[in-house]
Amino acid sequence: MSAPTQDPLTLSLSVNGETHEVRVPARKLLSDVLRDDIGLTGTHVGCEHGVCGACTILIDGRPARACLTFAVQMEGHEVTTIEAVGRPDTLSALQQALHEEHGLQCGFCTPGIVVTFEHYLRENTNPTAEDVRDVLSGNLCRCTGYQNIVVAVLKAAARMRGELA
Amino acid sequence: MKPAPFTYHRPASLAEALTLLLRHGPAAKPLAGGQSLGPMLNMRLARPAHLVDLNDLIELDSLRVTEDTLEVGALTRHHRLANAPEVQRSLPLLGAAAASIGHYTIRQRGTIGGSLAHADPAAQLPLIAVTLGATLVISGPDGSREIAAADFLQSIMTVDLRDGELITAVRFPLPVGDLWAYEAFSRRHGDFALVSVALSFSRDAEGKIVALRLGLGGVDTVPLRLPEIEARGQGRLADENTIRDLAIATATAIAPEDSEQVPAVYRRELAETLVVRAFKAAVNREEGA
Ligand SMILES: Cc1cc2nc3c(=O)[nH]c(=O)nc-3n(C[C@H](O)[C@H](O)[C@H](O)COP(=O)(O)OP(=O)(O)OC[C@H]3O[C@@H](n4cnc5c(N)ncnc54)[C@H](O)[C@@H]3O)c2cc1C
Ligand code: FES
Ligand code: FES
Repeated sequence: MSAPTQDPLTLSLSVNGETHEVRVPARKLLSDVLRDDIGLTGTHVGCEHGVCGACTILIDGRPARACLTFAVQMEGHEVTTIEAVGRPDTLSALQQALHEEHGLQCGFCTPGIVVTFEHYLRENTNPTAEDVRDVLSGNLCRCTGYQNIVVAVLKAAARMRGELA
Repeated sequence: MKPAPFTYHRPASLAEALTLLLRHGPAAKPLAGGQSLGPMLNMRLARPAHLVDLNDLIELDSLRVTEDTLEVGALTRHHRLANAPEVQRSLPLLGAAAASIGHYTIRQRGTIGGSLAHADPAAQLPLIAVTLGATLVISGPDGSREIAAADFLQSIMTVDLRDGELITAVRFPLPVGDLWAYEAFSRRHGDFALVSVALSFSRDAEGKIVALRLGLGGVDTVPLRLPEIEARGQGRLADENTIRDLAIATATAIAPEDSEQVPAVYRRELAETLVVRAFKAAVNREEGA
């Protein structure tokens, strides 16, 4: 039987392809460990109960709330954060479209939205505006009114399909 | 908004998980998708001393279809239920209800076992389980037992689950009627429904309703199946008159409570509207309208 773990734990976490050792208590949220212990502050924290979507990251390639995940659960799994998406000089198709279509203002919600749709657009390469709105319902944005985000996601999807320059 | 301290356990097998749960009794809680327990821990509405993480028990993330049953393993995520071809073929009502849970990201993690154990009166999967007469398979220190979903769900967030027990699977009886609908109303897309309706039936050669199943969520402390409305609809044509009559009878049969934000009369009217919508959606889908 696996030994019960005693706080603080020494964890080995794989984040964006790099291994990080951290010493944290079991109760520490993945969102806090990413930000405080690993220094990846692109993952934002809004509500801490799963509603706002600002903390969305990928676990083994699938979107998840970092605020509803304990870092200790991530041993043996691959975590991907917004820092792995694009570069300031080479934005991803989705980031580029958000930029062009004014899909962000303050940017607080943006990392969660980008991470969610980077995955979603691989699963559904040809979404309707309704599909995009359904997925976007999981990410709160207090600035944009969402319309431009929908436009940007559809534009990115079209580009990724090679239908739009 | 940070959880109280706990000891974390990560069993590698169901047997190991059961041993841990038995050893720590009421001080332990199983952790599945964490999409309900996570918020409860963060808000300190739950402060278990031991968390037993079920996520390595991948054998419980399973779908099995036989002639008379769709068996869904307790760790099966909502996203898988919503998209699996075998669910779409055998029980599309379950798939559609799962696809409407919360949001895309929530569905990637949330599990059917967690949803049933959490027992929110407005939740989708408990409603479908009660309406279709599903059975839960539960493992514990004395082996395994089976219980009807309607008996398992006792009240708001209260279920027949004893210390040391885990839900391992949910069994949906097959076949069910080929006409179906899940209709819900919530204030914002993805929020828990104020009222929800699950409907399933077939039509015989004369177009008359047979094998009618009707359940409502959000109108009581548990999801309700309404056998008296089912009997009332049996053998009638699914026309405007019947649908209206069944909708009004449904609104009369339920007794929702008044709450601060939602008056009882509003839930009643929603129930009536949603029953009409459900029948129309079911018939229109079949007729390709
Ligand atoms: C923003 C948001 C919106 C949501 N919207 C909806 C919605 O519209 N409809 C809806 O139905 N749900 C909704 N949910 C909840 C979601 O469906 C959860 O996934 C579900 O309620 C619990 O499943 P889980 O696997 O996450 O369980 P957990 O959160 O891990 O656990 C929930 C409870 O079940 C117990 N448990 C878990 N697995 C087992 C098992 N196998 N045996 C015994 N006990 C077990 C746990 O100990 C805990 O008490 C929402 C959640 C969030 C964060
Ligand atoms: S901080 Fe995680 S969903 Fe809001
Ligand atoms: S851009 Fe400000 S919250 Fe979305």
